[in-house]
Amino acid sequence: MKSATIQLETLACPSCMQKIDKAVKSVDGVDKESVNVMFNASKVKLQFDPEKTTIDNITDSIGKIGYEVKKSVVR
Amino acid sequence: MQRFLLKHKNKIALIGGVLIALSFLVRWTIGNMFLFEILMIAASVLGAAPIAIMAFQSLRIKVVSIDVLVTIAVTGAFVIKNYEEAAIVTFLFLFGAYLEQRTLNKTRSAIKELAEMAPESALKLMENGEFEEVDVDEVDIGDVLLVKTGAKVPVDGTVVLGEGSVNEASITGESLPVAKEKGSKVFAGTILDNGTIQIVADRVGEDTTFGRIIELVEEAQDSKSQAERFIDRFSKYYTPFVLVLAFVVGLVTRNVELAITILVLGCPGALVIGVPVSNVAGIGNGARHGVLFKGSEVISDFSRLDTMVFDKTGTLTVGNPSVMEKEYYGENVEEVLSYLASVEKESDHPLAKAVLEHIGEVETFSVENTGVVKGEGIIATVNGRRIAVGNVALMEREKVHLDDRMRADIDRFEKNGNSLVLTAVDEELKVLMGVRDKIRPDVKKDLDSLKRLKVKNLVMLSGDNQGTVDLVAKELRLTEARGNMLPEDKSEYVKDIIDKGQIVAFVGDGVNDSPSLALAHVGIAMGSGTDVAIETSDVVLMNSDFGRLPHALGLSKAITRNMRQNIFIAIGVVIVLLVSVLFSDWMNMSIGMFVHEASILAVILNGMRLLRYRLRR
Repeated sequence: MKSATIQLETLACPSCMQKIDKAVKSVDGVDKESVNVMFNASKVKLQFDPEKTTIDNITDSIGKIGYEVKKSVVR
Repeated sequence: MQRFLLKHKNKIALIGGVLIALSFLVRWTIGNMFLFEILMIAASVLGAAPIAIMAFQSLRIKVVSIDVLVTIAVTGAFVIKNYEEAAIVTFLFLFGAYLEQRTLNKTRSAIKELAEMAPESALKLMENGEFEEVDVDEVDIGDVLLVKTGAKVPVDGTVVLGEGSVNEASITGESLPVAKEKGSKVFAGTILDNGTIQIVADRVGEDTTFGRIIELVEEAQDSKSQAERFIDRFSKYYTPFVLVLAFVVGLVTRNVELAITILVLGCPGALVIGVPVSNVAGIGNGARHGVLFKGSEVISDFSRLDTMVFDKTGTLTVGNPSVMEKEYYGENVEEVLSYLASVEKESDHPLAKAVLEHIGEVETFSVENTGVVKGEGIIATVNGRRIAVGNVALMEREKVHLDDRMRADIDRFEKNGNSLVLTAVDEELKVLMGVRDKIRPDVKKDLDSLKRLKVKNLVMLSGDNQGTVDLVAKELRLTEARGNMLPEDKSEYVKDIIDKGQIVAFVGDGVNDSPSLALAHVGIAMGSGTDVAIETSDVVLMNSDFGRLPHALGLSKAITRNMRQNIFIAIGVVIVLLVSVLFSDWMNMSIGMFVHEASILAVILNGMRLLRYRLRR
């Protein structure tokens, strides 16, 4: 398991959170329990299984629904 | 294409606005209704595109978002050929979203400014003996780093070479220069005002005090209060409910206009955003002023506080005892002080430390035949003279004669709450010193401010004897003061008053009062950035600054007030809109959207006021 912190463009509507939350959780290999979309910080924190998916896959799922990913850090 | 439209939705809003203005111009000047409608259609199609895309995306993941409501409403308006309304609604929605984002950024600015103070690069000592600039992520524990004047300290570390003064505003909120020399600790994110230092890295990245503050604040601003969780659940069902309602109304009345108006009016806006906005702005204000709130739940408890319980040592008082009063008897003061210092140097008693600190640098001699009398003091031989250092009991044991003046001095010192250190040379009293713990400067003023903020009881608990405790309590005008309390007695006391139904805050240094800090509704740690304090408490006062306490309390009250105002605005607007759509005929989609967006801006602007909050003295 690796943990990732993804910095997004500024989130303005709370329903964006729901969207991003569901989008990220739908990626296979992401630990659903660990997903935390932070509205005010405009960040997503999550854990994922590096054998099943990659950080690019995850940021792509966010990009696809129209939110810009500014930076992602994996540890 | 999708991404392009979403990315440029602000520009689309602008173009839409221009098109709408143009079409009105056409209508009023040349009165060409055909051209008017063409322009309106263009504006609404253009504006609806990004909204529809967002709606589609959220439907795909089974979320009925506001975008869905608006898209259906605009489509409906198109079907009944009301292009004017369609254009204005899409424009208002996009423009409103833009303003929301702008103003929301403002409310988050305080925390953002803080995060931006994070250091990015460091000058690291490489294997070839040269310093090279590297990314701060590449610094490991144990690396030696060079910090030049004007630069940010990149990590938490210890100075190994050089000296300088550092501005620690980023972690303490206080922009006073702090002197650093070899052995001093320096913190990431602070700025070296002058001098050049080399440091060895102790903690890096998110483990630094600064990194943890940022993380704490970010987590706090996104932590949800009970009210917020309720609103979240509510809006999850609310939006689909509005959709169904509009559909049913449309079917029953066959009035598409009314149905789509309900869709627009039903958008939950101000209610969902009102509470988080107050939180963010308030927590941001705190972070700027050295007060860290660890969540929004705690703010609500804090604002309704009945009783504040203080630990004495280290909280109300400075925490290290010092010589506050002294009297000399006879000549050769310097010589006696040298004897005293020589003897005290042998001891590790806290009073000895205070005495030595007070005397400062003097000549010392070798000490012979040292004997400790338990609970009384020390007797020793220095330069062939018999020196006794201790309390009154020791003097009596040594048969030291105390005249009337000496006895009067002793009484006075004791009454002032001092512990006594008497020094006799060859059975003659030479020096009398009174040692006590200093009350923090300005504590009295701060406590008065707390009282003015309607804290009913101010209680002090201390391990010291009741006499000393009573003196401090009297000086500070506390409601209650208890001495001889062990840490478990303190937590027992806190538990007791909580059981009596009071809302309790406990203020301590976080070292031995962790149980009380954890038990109280609001645990407030006087943390100079220590781990224990940050972990166990709900509110951290940076740099152990007691003076932040009134600001913290006043701010939490202001945040709670602000939240209530926002909920009031949000619910009020919904009621007014509903009533007017049912009982008046002036309400339509555009006005509904306008009021909706205006109420969102109103709550955000109201929340923003918290950024400027300051306690009135």
